[in-house]
Amino acid sequence: MSDLATDREIDRSKMQVSDEVAIEINKMNKWYGTFHVLRDIDLTVYRGERIVIAGPSGSGKSTLIRCINRLEEHQEGQIIVDGTELTSDLKNIDKIRSEVGMCFQHFNLFPHLTILENCTLAPIWVRKVPKKEAEATAMHFLEKVKIPDQANKYPGQLSGGQQQRVAIARSLCMKPRIMLFDEPTSALDPEMIKEVLDTMIELAEEGMTMLCVTHEMGFARQVANRVIFMDAGQIVEQNEPEEFFNNPKSERTKLFLSQILGH
Amino acid sequence: MSNLHADTVAFVRDTMLPQKEPPASTVGLLGWGKKNLFTGPFNTIVTILCTAFIAYVLWMLIPWFFSPTWNATSLGECREMLTAAGKVGEHGTSGACWGVIRERWIQLLFGFYPAELYWRPILAFVLLAPALAPVLFSDKVPGKLLIFSAIYPFLFPWLLWGGTIWSPICAALGFVILYAVVKYGSEAIGQLGAIIAAVVAALVWWLFLSGYVQDGLAAVIPLAIEPVASRDFGGMMLSITIGVVAIACSLPLGIVLALGRQSDLLIVKSLCVGFIEFIRGVPLITLLFVASTLLNIFLPPGTNFDIILRVIIMATLFSAAYMAEVIRGGLAALPKGQYEGADSLGLDYWQAQRLIIMPQALKISIPGIVSTFIGLFKDTTLVSVIGLLDPLGLSNSIRADQAWNGIVWELYMFIAALFFLFCFGMSRYSMYLERKLQTGHR
Repeated sequence: MSDLATDREIDRSKMQVSDEVAIEINKMNKWYGTFHVLRDIDLTVYRGERIVIAGPSGSGKSTLIRCINRLEEHQEGQIIVDGTELTSDLKNIDKIRSEVGMCFQHFNLFPHLTILENCTLAPIWVRKVPKKEAEATAMHFLEKVKIPDQANKYPGQLSGGQQQRVAIARSLCMKPRIMLFDEPTSALDPEMIKEVLDTMIELAEEGMTMLCVTHEMGFARQVANRVIFMDAGQIVEQNEPEEFFNNPKSERTKLFLSQILGH
Repeated sequence: MSNLHADTVAFVRDTMLPQKEPPASTVGLLGWGKKNLFTGPFNTIVTILCTAFIAYVLWMLIPWFFSPTWNATSLGECREMLTAAGKVGEHGTSGACWGVIRERWIQLLFGFYPAELYWRPILAFVLLAPALAPVLFSDKVPGKLLIFSAIYPFLFPWLLWGGTIWSPICAALGFVILYAVVKYGSEAIGQLGAIIAAVVAALVWWLFLSGYVQDGLAAVIPLAIEPVASRDFGGMMLSITIGVVAIACSLPLGIVLALGRQSDLLIVKSLCVGFIEFIRGVPLITLLFVASTLLNIFLPPGTNFDIILRVIIMATLFSAAYMAEVIRGGLAALPKGQYEGADSLGLDYWQAQRLIIMPQALKISIPGIVSTFIGLFKDTTLVSVIGLLDPLGLSNSIRADQAWNGIVWELYMFIAALFFLFCFGMSRYSMYLERKLQTGHR
């Protein structure tokens, strides 16, 4: 694994963490049946933060970010996104989902729609944006992820890296204030990982609040302002990347880092 | 080249190879034949044997088909014609008796529908084409035609059964009421409340009010065409009427049932499961008997509930249950990620179903849906058992005629050809649709 996500200099002028709270999670617990997946999670995310969540598989990191837009339901505690608490109220859920963008490991593009239609669907139906305007926005973001020429193709005709960039553009078309990434590069070939990471870095450079579950430690080192290490459903350690990588405190973190950075 | 290790392992290509033509024996007609008919000795023998068998069957059948009996007016006359033509085998004359088709084809198509009104069913079925076109070929036909598709369901029964023009208009008004109450009621009493109120209002209109309004309007402005009774319907016209209406109604009903079966709401789910399992567990013929005899016992005396309408309802419910299971298969085949993708963008349940889930689930289920349609269309022949004169029922009554007593093959063959035409058409359309909806290799 390459140690760095990019060779270029990262522009940090807009990467500023404000003291406005974007997401607040208090004593959140979740069970799958009788299995306790998330235990007493406390986490406050400030606007402009770029958080990388790492940890062994099964540690609950995907479940955690999926709780933030209620793809998974939590049973105890509080999740407050942009000032709105997530309850079973469907109106709140749809409101939060339209403010929070999400990228999945397997992209989850809609295979029966073209790239452009994938990007305009939600703005047109959820935000009630006129079609022309939605298309202009979509083309703007497709240009940003550098695939405007594929706009009229179907997802099945694109490579994995291109599909993931479309998925990012599709989320951006909703003008989200927070972006969640659930292992966006784990299903990709090494050559394509870079193009997706580049897109994510550009997004970070614009000051987007991001939560990424990823194994790309180079990305964590260069882009994140905070790394969270999870194991067995709880937050074990969190710190600035420099400290986290060079000076891990817990034994569990040390073991994990030695395993994933060792080769 | 030496045998040194370095010489055999290290290799650098300095010129790239150009593209070459494939060998002549693998392309074109020759290549196709070699690949599909004559691969190896076993396949070659099978090909030769099958060709010989097909040739033999055709050799025996074709003389039977080419038979000079087109103008015969009875089976006896057919036999005389065949004897005169020298077509006599060991078991008497051998040859088709086409006279029965010439004499009775129009009856096999229209049953006992009044001959001077044939233009009405013909017009109704001709208009079916422009009504279906925007639905079936949405990319080739202007979308404005959809307005006609919306009017057609009211025009169709009026043309067939006749009567006052006010009855289809009043039926359509029910839908206007439904729409208006949903649209303007949502603000006042919420969406769910408005939908329930709308259904109740529409039912009240259809069941109690529309009859009076219709009679009143008919008395003031008597615009009517000659009514035709259901017992005069028959032949292919009857099969197509039942088939088309039941097909058109069973798909949406099937979708609703499939969604209901997947619902988290316990009551909705149990109702759907119960309905589907009950209908699938009962033969269609029992449902048709219920429609023809038992329903009269349960309905209040004096209710005039048309027999064809009853049969259509039963056929619709029957195929909707199968349709629901076919569509559920399509829903189950969709990856969970599609639901999550739709959810994560903030689409609500109905938007996600309509825009993301159903288009894909229906596409996956096309072969099953069309099989159900074809099955339903062929099942319409069962109505002969409850005394409706579909083509099969008519073939019995034609045989009851002294002149054609004993004729079997020609009639069944003609009816089979008619059904094949429609079923094969549906099958080809489904293949066209699958090709059209193919997007990439996923």
